[in-house]
Amino acid sequence: MTQENTQRLGIVVSGSSTKGVEVKLDSSASVEDMVVGRYVTIEGQKRRFFGMITDVSLGMTDQKLTLTPPDVSDPFMAEVIAGTSTYGILHVSPYLTIGGDVASLIEGPQPVKTVPIHFSTVNLASDQDIELVFGKEDKERFWIGNPLDMETKLCLSMEKLVERSSGVFGKSGTGKTFFTRQLLIGTLQKGKAANLIFDMNSEYGWESTSEQGRKVKALKQLFPSKVAVFTLDEESSRRRGVSTDFVVRIGYDEIEPEDMALLRQTLNLTDLAVEAVYQLRRRFGRGWLQSTLDMKDTEELPEGLNIHENTLHNLRRGLETVRRLPFIEPHASADAVRHILDHLGRGINVVLEFGRYKDITAYILVANLLTSRIYAQYRERMERAMGEDAAPPIPLVITIEEAHKFLNPEVASQTIFGTIAREMRKYNVTLLVIDQRPSGIDEEVMSQIGTKITFALDNERDIDRVLAGVSGKSELKSVLAKLASRQQALIFGHAVPMPVAFQPWEYGSVESYKHFMLSEETEIKKQAEEDIEELW
Amino acid sequence: MAELTNRVGEVIEASTTDFVAQCYELYQLPPLGSLVKTRNLPVELYAIVYNATTTSIEPGRRPIARGKDEASEEEIYRSSPQLLKLLKSEFSALVVGHRQKDKLYHYLPPNPARIHSFVYLCSPEEVKEFSHSFDFLNILINTNLPVSAEELISACLRQMSQIHEDRHAFLVAAGKELALLLSGQFNQLKAILVRIKQ
Repeated sequence: MTQENTQRLGIVVSGSSTKGVEVKLDSSASVEDMVVGRYVTIEGQKRRFFGMITDVSLGMTDQKLTLTPPDVSDPFMAEVIAGTSTYGILHVSPYLTIGGDVASLIEGPQPVKTVPIHFSTVNLASDQDIELVFGKEDKERFWIGNPLDMETKLCLSMEKLVERSSGVFGKSGTGKTFFTRQLLIGTLQKGKAANLIFDMNSEYGWESTSEQGRKVKALKQLFPSKVAVFTLDEESSRRRGVSTDFVVRIGYDEIEPEDMALLRQTLNLTDLAVEAVYQLRRRFGRGWLQSTLDMKDTEELPEGLNIHENTLHNLRRGLETVRRLPFIEPHASADAVRHILDHLGRGINVVLEFGRYKDITAYILVANLLTSRIYAQYRERMERAMGEDAAPPIPLVITIEEAHKFLNPEVASQTIFGTIAREMRKYNVTLLVIDQRPSGIDEEVMSQIGTKITFALDNERDIDRVLAGVSGKSELKSVLAKLASRQQALIFGHAVPMPVAFQPWEYGSVESYKHFMLSEETEIKKQAEEDIEELW
Repeated sequence: MAELTNRVGEVIEASTTDFVAQCYELYQLPPLGSLVKTRNLPVELYAIVYNATTTSIEPGRRPIARGKDEASEEEIYRSSPQLLKLLKSEFSALVVGHRQKDKLYHYLPPNPARIHSFVYLCSPEEVKEFSHSFDFLNILINTNLPVSAEELISACLRQMSQIHEDRHAFLVAAGKELALLLSGQFNQLKAILVRIKQ
């Protein structure tokens, strides 16, 4: 433990359980060293509290000082009045508490229901404190970064993370993608879950370039045996030197009316056109898309179908756009869904690269189409597992980017992603949503996202949406507003016992690769040792 | 022997809060703000010198000017040696603490000093021990004295700081204590700080 880590900051002078406590800084602690988001402990009379600095302000004992300021160019004068006549005030929000008796020590930190007594000592949290609250890096906990201005490792229980849906938010260029890679590696190593990643910008499977122009390795390169790269654009993948495992093709007959409903906005379809799709599907069965495209005008419509000419025109134009997508074929030779499920079932993570087809139509169509089929399969297996006491399928985490396109209030009730977010883990499928405009995500869905990791956000509405329904919102808002524009984030929700602002470790350096490769190796070794022990 | 050399006078007037002592030698006054002690056994009283006077021994007889034909001030005393016996030096000290059974208390003793008790200047060790706590500052601030509290406190702290190895740290600590005591009176605090800075 370093000197700085045990540093005493001051004493509690007032507080309330709803608004947090006010701390008067000691003269030895400089107010300029106190940063919002730092983690402190408060030694109460019977229990210890863990909290976060949410505001820093200045106070003085005599208001005359503002009118006739002392001569602080005199070092003696400055030294005497610092911390006495003039002092710093911290606003600390306590989140957790731990009692002094043995029973509570075993129980671990609990949510705060009270405040520490007057004049309790406030210290900077030490490495041990962080460890006590967040745990050590171990079989299920993954090192995600360091708390702000601390050297301690901040660890996250991956098992808990994948229990509920989670979200990574932040404006563009704040480090979302880099951190998501980290999270994916974490779930891959410790989460006992399989990932399905809809990789719109082809960043997660194979190497990509950082903003500094450095090449950054991705999942497949680091864990070749655990990751399979599927692609929609074989050519682009080949050009980038990616060894792909499967080329995804989608047949006309795989597209369902629900997929079209989701594309209503992107394809500029009218409500009537979407309605017509359902009629056509009923009439033509699985081949509805081909049949509709084959029709020249309304005269060719079979009897009993009441579709206006303009509507059909509107629909046909939309379907043409879909048909032009190069990966859409009249008849897909291989069943992509079955392949993906097959890989996931074996615990292999699947990254689906979109290559050149970054068009949002393609992304929404493919992601929704595949996910709804996969989800249906999972539900079936899960229900069977419940009924027959068979083993439930491996938990699945589906990663989607540009999540507001799938989860905005207009479509959230229709898309499969809305369903997954709401029904949560009942069927062992959760989401990892990545988005730069969280205000576009449906409020109900947002409230169901268990763990939220948010990087810097500018827009007031985005901040409000991310923090909606979180206790101590205004305090967290001040922390969030002070995050640096790069590589600093706030994590709160299901997977962490209390919110904490942190700096993700630098992904992409040789050391970083070495770190998790090493932890991977030691785990394998440990597993091997255990196996040997069992054998003998 | 050390006690003899440190002896500065004898109590001639005493009350619960202060006492007046007369010096044995004319002008042999302890400096303003210095820590002195006297005894009322078994209690030792500590006090801080806040005032000093030199007057004629008879209240009705005022000294007259004598130096008209003398070359220097020293010559006056040399040619009129009786002067040393006709004048007296006295000082007043404010009681700020006491020691009883080897324990030091920074508040008033149960009884005042006795007349004719000897008064000693405290040794550096005693000053150091006494100034470990700044509780006596409260008494200095809250007593009405002929000298202003700012003058007395600053004089006292300057005196005490001289025997501390780290003068600066001592004065800063004292300043901080004063800042708390004078939290609503910044001007008074400023007046003291200006007087004690090095």
